[in-house]
Amino acid sequence: MFNRIFAIAKKEMRQLKRDTRMLFIVFFFPVVLLAIFGYAINFDVHHIKIAVYDQDRSEYTRDYVSGLISSEYFDLITYIDNDDQIKKLLDEKIVQAVVVFPKDMSRKLLSKQEVKIQFLVDGVDGTSANVIQNYVNAATYSYSLQLTKEYLAVTGKKIYVPVDLQPRFWFNPDLQSTRFLIPGLMGMILIITAVISISLSIVREKERGTIEQINVSPLSSIEFILGKTIPYIVISLINATIVLLAGYILFDIVIKGNILLLLFGTFAFLFAALSLGIFISTISDSQQVAFQAANVTSLLPSLILSGFIFPIESMPVAIQILTNITPAKFYIVILRAILLRGAGISAFWDQLIYLGVFGLVFIALATAVDKKSKNK
Amino acid sequence: MDAIEVNNLTKVFGKFTAVDNVNFNVKQGEIFGFLGANGAGKSTTIRMLIGILEPSSGDALVSGYSIKNQPDMVKKNIGYMSQKFSLYNDLTVAENIRFFAGIYGLDGKKYEERKKWVLKVANLENMENVITGSLPGGIKQRLALGTAVIHEPKIVFLDEPTSGVDPISRRNFWDLINELSDGGTTILVTTHYLDEAEFCNDIILINAGKLIAQGNAKALKTNYIKNPILEIESERVVDSLEILEKEKWVGETSIFGNYIHVILNDSTINEQHIFQLLQDKNGIAVKRVEKITPTLEDVFIHLIEKDSKKNVQ
Repeated sequence: MFNRIFAIAKKEMRQLKRDTRMLFIVFFFPVVLLAIFGYAINFDVHHIKIAVYDQDRSEYTRDYVSGLISSEYFDLITYIDNDDQIKKLLDEKIVQAVVVFPKDMSRKLLSKQEVKIQFLVDGVDGTSANVIQNYVNAATYSYSLQLTKEYLAVTGKKIYVPVDLQPRFWFNPDLQSTRFLIPGLMGMILIITAVISISLSIVREKERGTIEQINVSPLSSIEFILGKTIPYIVISLINATIVLLAGYILFDIVIKGNILLLLFGTFAFLFAALSLGIFISTISDSQQVAFQAANVTSLLPSLILSGFIFPIESMPVAIQILTNITPAKFYIVILRAILLRGAGISAFWDQLIYLGVFGLVFIALATAVDKKSKNK
Repeated sequence: MDAIEVNNLTKVFGKFTAVDNVNFNVKQGEIFGFLGANGAGKSTTIRMLIGILEPSSGDALVSGYSIKNQPDMVKKNIGYMSQKFSLYNDLTVAENIRFFAGIYGLDGKKYEERKKWVLKVANLENMENVITGSLPGGIKQRLALGTAVIHEPKIVFLDEPTSGVDPISRRNFWDLINELSDGGTTILVTTHYLDEAEFCNDIILINAGKLIAQGNAKALKTNYIKNPILEIESERVVDSLEILEKEKWVGETSIFGNYIHVILNDSTINEQHIFQLLQDKNGIAVKRVEKITPTLEDVFIHLIEKDSKKNVQ
C-alpha cells in the first residue's frame, strides 16, 4: 500500500517540477501575497499632513503645534492665514487635517476661560479620520492637562486626577497591524495554495483521461488521494515556514507558543483545506472551472470572512454564520493564539474540532458526488 | 473455464438502455473483436467488464471473478488501454514506466525486466529520458500498451486502441497484439476498422446495446448473407445506384469508393443483367461486374440495417 502511495506522490512531484504554471501558483503567489499584505495593508496611520491656521500667534499655539508634530504621527505642511485656503488644501488633498486656533485663544486662556480649537479632518477615508481624531484627542488632553498643572502650580496646589486610564495592550503592545495580519495571511496563503493545487492536480487527470488508467488499476481511491495530497502537504508546510520566517525577519514576529502545537494545528487546517480542494475536483470537469471554483471558495472567504482583516464579532449574525464556510477562520484563531499569545491547546481545541468536522463533511460530499458520477 | 463469461449484462442510464441483455464468452488466449458503431454500447460494456462501472443487472466473470461482487480482484487481473492513451505526457518514458510499475507493485529485478520489455516493444530503447508528449502517435500507443500490460495480466482490454493512427503504425500495433496473444494473453479489442476484425479469432457485433451477430470472420461472412453479392464498377456511381435501387431484384446497396455492392434478392440475376440495365438502357459505361463473397463490411451493414428496421417497427 505504501509503495503505491509513494509511486503516486513521486509521480506528482515529477509532474509539478515541469509545470511552471503550477510552480508559480504554489511558490511565487505566496511571496507576492506576503509582500502585498505585509507592507501595503497597514492600518497604522503615520505622518498625517496638517496645516495650521493660527489666528492667535501666541506662545500657546506654538506649544500646542510643536506638541503635535514632535510625534511621528503629524507632519506640519504649512501655515495659512485665511479661511479660503482651508478649503483649497483639503480639496486638493495637500493636507488631511487643518488646525484652526481662534483669534482670542491666549486672551481667553489667560483669563481662565475655556477655549475651543477647531480641527477640520478629511473624512473621506473613515478609518484614517478616526485614527486622526484619536491622536488629536490624546494630544489635546495632555496639553490641557499640562496647562492645568501649571495653573495649579501657581496657586500652590497639586493636581488631583481622580480616575486615570492606563491602557496596556498585551500581545501586541504597539498595536502594529502587521502582528495581527501575519497569522491571517499565513492562513490565506495556505488555503489558496492547498485548495488550488490539489483540485487542479486531480482535475488535470480527469481532463487528460489519465484518471481512467488509475481507475482500472488496483489503486484504491484512498491510496490515490493520499498519494496526491502528500506532496502538497509538504509544500504547504514549506510555505508556512517561509511565511513564518518572513514574519520574523521583516516584521519581527516571534512564535510565542509551542511549535508542535502549531504543526498539529496546521495539519488539521490542511486536512480541511485539502478536502475542500478534493470536493471541488469532483464537481469540476476542467482545470479552468476548478481554478475558478477554488479561487472563489478559498480566496474571497479567507480574505473577507475569516477574521483576517475584518473582525467577525462585528458582523451581522447572518454573515457570522456564513463565515463558517472557510476553514481559514478556525485556523486564524489557532494561529493568533499560538503565535501572538503563546496560548496552549485549551485556548483553541474547539477550533481543531471545527476543522476536523469541516474536513470530514467535504470528504463525505466528495465521495458521494464521485460515486454518483462514476455510475454515469 | 473461459477467460470472460458475460451473462445477461445490462446497463440502464435513466430511460436509456445502453447495454441490453448481452451474452458472450471469450476463450483463453484468443483475440476477441468487439464491433459496433459509435454509441452502440461498446465502451459501456468494456467499462463494466473492467470493473469501473456497475452493471444494472446481469453479471460477468472476468478471469473467474464477478465484476459485480469482486471488481477489485478483476482490476488486479486485467490490463486496459483506451483510445486516449492514458500516459502522462509531461513525464519521461522511464517515469511513466516507473509509475505504472509502482501502482501495480512491481519492484526490484521484476521491474527491471519488465521495463526492458516495455522499452523493447515500444522501440524506445535508449530513449527512456524523452518526454512522452513529444513521441509520435504510433510509438506512444505501443508504449501505452506496454505499460498497460506491465504487470503481465492474463486478460487485456483494448478500447479502440488504433483510432487516429496511421496505417503502418496500426500494422505494427497489431503485430504487438499478436505477440501478446501468442504468449497466451486473452485480448478483447474494440475497433472501427473492419480489416482489423479479420485478425480476430472471434467477433461480436453490437447495435443499439444488443448483440446482433457472433462468430469468426469466415462464419459471419457465410452465415448471415445467403444471397449473392455483385460488385459493380461503373461511371457515374451515384446515378447507377439510383437506377439499381428501383429494380425489384435489388436488395441492399452500398457504395465502396468507386464500386457498388448489390445484394440480390433473386439468384437468377447475373452479370449480364447489370450490363443490360446500366449500359444498354441508361447509357452508363460499366467497366466490371463480378460476383463476390461478402466482406465483413457488407455483413455488418446488412445486419445493422436489418436490426435498425426491426427497431423502428
